[in-house]
Amino acid sequence: MKVMISAFVASLVIASAAPVVLGQFGWSSAEQESSATSVRLD
Amino acid sequence: MNLKLLGAAVFVLATLSFNSVWAEEAPAVDRTATGGAQTLEDIMARQQKLKVDETFRSENLGDPANAAPMTDQLGTRGGVSDADTYRSIRYNEFDANTQVRGPAADVMIQNGGISWYKLREGPIITYGGGALLGFIALLAVFYLIRGKIMIDGGPSGTTVQRFKAIERFGHWLLAGSFIALGLTGLITLMGRSFLIPVMGPDVFATLAAGSKWVHNNISWSFMLGLVMTFFMWVAHNIPGKLDWQWLKAGGGIFTKSHPSAKKFNAGQKIVFWAVMVLGFSVSLSGLSLLFPFQMPMFAETFSVINSVLGTEFATALTPHEEMQYANIWHSIMAFVMMLAIIAHIYIGTVGMEGAFDAMGNGEVDVEWARQHHDLWVAEVEAKQSKGELS
Repeated sequence: MKVMISAFVASLVIASAAPVVLGQFGWSSAEQESSATSVRLD
Repeated sequence: MNLKLLGAAVFVLATLSFNSVWAEEAPAVDRTATGGAQTLEDIMARQQKLKVDETFRSENLGDPANAAPMTDQLGTRGGVSDADTYRSIRYNEFDANTQVRGPAADVMIQNGGISWYKLREGPIITYGGGALLGFIALLAVFYLIRGKIMIDGGPSGTTVQRFKAIERFGHWLLAGSFIALGLTGLITLMGRSFLIPVMGPDVFATLAAGSKWVHNNISWSFMLGLVMTFFMWVAHNIPGKLDWQWLKAGGGIFTKSHPSAKKFNAGQKIVFWAVMVLGFSVSLSGLSLLFPFQMPMFAETFSVINSVLGTEFATALTPHEEMQYANIWHSIMAFVMMLAIIAHIYIGTVGMEGAFDAMGNGEVDVEWARQHHDLWVAEVEAKQSKGELS
């Protein structure tokens, strides 16, 4: 049962770390194509 | 008593199967009186939720070949009237220019969104949800008929290690994240229909935002668990002749016999490959949804299917259509996977005595192992005696 609980905890840790890690690679889906970078004013 | 329950389950499933969710075709309409434009019959047909063939207006976008010379009155539009232009915007045939450089920025109206929404809110919820409830009801009936599969003669009291800690970790990483994904996915899909009327929009908004966060981020645990379990168990899940014998005996479920099996029997192999194939597909479509417009894959998939099967699936898909196909496919794959996993959970918990121990603490009763995985126990015992001798 310890392994089961540690796997559940690990899945939550991975979930919490995912947005931070993805953000390091510029992969945050929340920020992609924001207006500051996607609008060309020329 | 059991037959009555079985009859009730069949009746419920039959009722769900005949639930009409598909629109009927509208009767043909004569549009000569309106010069080919929309008629009252078209509007009435839509109000009656009939399926109207929209080509009379989606393809009526003007004809530059008929353009009057520029020197004539009304000649400068090049054969395209304002109404033609509005229709072309309505059916995404308009060549739009925009300074926005994001994906799909030049799509002003996306007609397929309506079809996607109707499919998602209709058949996907009805048949997906119905299949889940029906399958759970069937398992309940099966449990009442068959009961728990017990260890013949009772447990021996001696145990043998079935799964190492790393194997159980991979399994529970996959299982825990899948249950979280399944629940949050169902909340996202069905919340508008079933939860908002119960808890109101404000509470549901918080629940939906939380579900979205969990669903998007715990997906990485699921994919990691999928990769781990694949590499740890694929060698034990290659189909063989023994599996055919096991399947012919129905796994001994109905005959109360114990067909021979190695580490994984044919039923477990079916679950393994179902999880791998469906899990891979649901992960790919999930990634496509997680990074909108960045991973379109359906146009290319349809192209391959067309070249192999000679079908005529659309291969020129707009960015939104790609997302809509990914969403629908993701839902269908997830529902099929949930059905497989519900069966897996049933047999691993209430359905069979001693089965949960394999993933609980990794140790199973030797008698259980002999009855369900006789060849695997023989292998383990042979290795142990070899180790003792050397």
